[in-house]
Amino acid sequence: MTGAKFLSKEKLLDWLAELGQTRRVFMPVEEGGKIVFRPCTNGDTPALVRDASASPKGVVFPSSAELFRYTKTKARGGKSSMELKPGTEFEPALIFGTRPCGARGFTIFDRVYTGGKFNDPYYRAARENTLIVTLACEGPENTCFCNWVGSGPDDPTGSDVLATPVEGGFVLESVSERGEALLESPLLQPAEARTAEADSVKSRARAELPPARDISAAPQSIRALFDNQKFWDEVSSKCLSCGACTYLCPTCYCFTITDEDHGDSGKRLRSWDNCMSYQFSLEASGHNPRPTKAHRLRNRVGHKFSYYPQLHEGLLACCGCGRCIRSCPVSMDIREIVLDAIDRVQAKNCEVVHE
Amino acid sequence: MNNAALAVNPYLPQVATVLKTVQETPNIKTFQLRLDDEEAMAGFSFEPGQVGQLSVFGVGESTFVINSPPTRKEYLQFSVMRSGEVTTRLHGLVAGDKIGVRAPLGNAFPYEAMRGKDIVFVGGGIGMAPLRTLLLYMLDNRKDYGDIVLLYGARTPNDMAFKGDLPEWLGRKDISTTLTVDVESLGWEHKVGLIPNVLKEIHPNPENSVAITCGPPIMIKFTLQALQELGFQDEQIITTLERRMKCGIGICGRCNIGTSYICVDGPVYTNAQLKSLPNEM
Repeated sequence: MTGAKFLSKEKLLDWLAELGQTRRVFMPVEEGGKIVFRPCTNGDTPALVRDASASPKGVVFPSSAELFRYTKTKARGGKSSMELKPGTEFEPALIFGTRPCGARGFTIFDRVYTGGKFNDPYYRAARENTLIVTLACEGPENTCFCNWVGSGPDDPTGSDVLATPVEGGFVLESVSERGEALLESPLLQPAEARTAEADSVKSRARAELPPARDISAAPQSIRALFDNQKFWDEVSSKCLSCGACTYLCPTCYCFTITDEDHGDSGKRLRSWDNCMSYQFSLEASGHNPRPTKAHRLRNRVGHKFSYYPQLHEGLLACCGCGRCIRSCPVSMDIREIVLDAIDRVQAKNCEVVHE
Repeated sequence: MNNAALAVNPYLPQVATVLKTVQETPNIKTFQLRLDDEEAMAGFSFEPGQVGQLSVFGVGESTFVINSPPTRKEYLQFSVMRSGEVTTRLHGLVAGDKIGVRAPLGNAFPYEAMRGKDIVFVGGGIGMAPLRTLLLYMLDNRKDYGDIVLLYGARTPNDMAFKGDLPEWLGRKDISTTLTVDVESLGWEHKVGLIPNVLKEIHPNPENSVAITCGPPIMIKFTLQALQELGFQDEQIITTLERRMKCGIGICGRCNIGTSYICVDGPVYTNAQLKSLPNEM
């Protein structure tokens, strides 16, 4: 932890204000009983007592954003033209106070948006211009399962700076080169004397998490159950297809594209979409390859715990934050579904062996 | 992929102008278009089977195969069946209208691996569009391929698209073309019968052959059965898939079948590949 810095609680707002001079600073703020990320303004204090209800993904991947504007002109003589203006500029930003799970979520996006055959210039610009100062967790909520997916309460994956809460302030460690520059502020003090305390906060938090369940068999188990309609009917029976889980999830990256027309001009927008909705895969012919919520949940769970890891060296497209569990109006629990899938396939394999 | 614009911003369409439209059938219309940027048009390259997203600005985008062959570059041709909002608006376009194009997207037919083989095309309705690009490519490189059999069917003579191509396809000695419709129709001089049955009558030899089929799902289902009865192996049968798509570049998350994204890993699959994927058609 060489080069770690100490930020006192009293200096926190000053430090955020200093960071705000060169970039927009987003932080978790209490709003109507929920904690959401929003640009920090004078007088705001960050809500850090528990993880935010919303994920920080909206800072980099807004719920709705412009891809381009178009303008039609019809010259005399009937010759028309069409001008397109893309909107890829992204004003530099900083996210303060996400938890490690929220920061890790961006690394799940990265592989799809900038690591594939095509480069998403909107996402790339936003990601490259957004710094992330993550707050390590002091203890878990009962919906937390970050240790199941290879993460933890002090996982630095995806962060630029990791802040660990200690008595009277935070110990800040840089995780990236960009993070190192953030620690040069005169508002920060050397933290040598406090690093042992930070380490014990981290190890206490790790110890407080219930032991991780082994879900390494999830990709194969979910694939093996693909045709088991009864299983998917059962596990989806109470789901409302409302999509709260998809909007709050730090790793849910699916979107739709729509046009907003204003006569001779307009814009094409990209907006978060919900794979649990019937319309998501509905075709113009009326055919829908995922006609029921059982089909859609199979794809949602399959995407996170089977398809994505098969395509990305076993990495699960889930950061274990538990938002989908906390916020589900009918108490669906994705952990139970994944464990149930693994158990069923194991039980079946045992049967075969016994036969 | 050989389009520089896609590498810079794959979401930004290139503006093109409709040169000509052809009303193929009551619900299929063909569009010939050129990119407005002449340099981009000259540098545009693609492979047979690749698709493009056509935009009606203010309405949206849909995915269609480029059904002109890469060997003919004066225009890009797309044929559109009127079905939803975007296709209905596309049908309203006339020569001179502006349209957006994001292409080429997706994979292509394995036309290199097919060299030296006998080829069996089985197309139904609008499913003839993806076959057309490969057929014309092969006709433009005729000596590279063995015998070519074409079976093209539609419900009625009225529903038969590409009527401008049919006299040549029927007249050429170096392809064997059969046309069929589902029911007896006044003035129809070709076959009457469902495509899978007519295919069995034609009885193509599977040895050193590849069969490419595209059409409505029910036709594909029975054509696959017929091909298997004729002795074609799963590796010798190729088809193309469709799904609702938005981004066309493997990101937006709706066209996947398991791990395979139809917009980038497809739309062209062998029957063997399809059988390895989850059954989510």
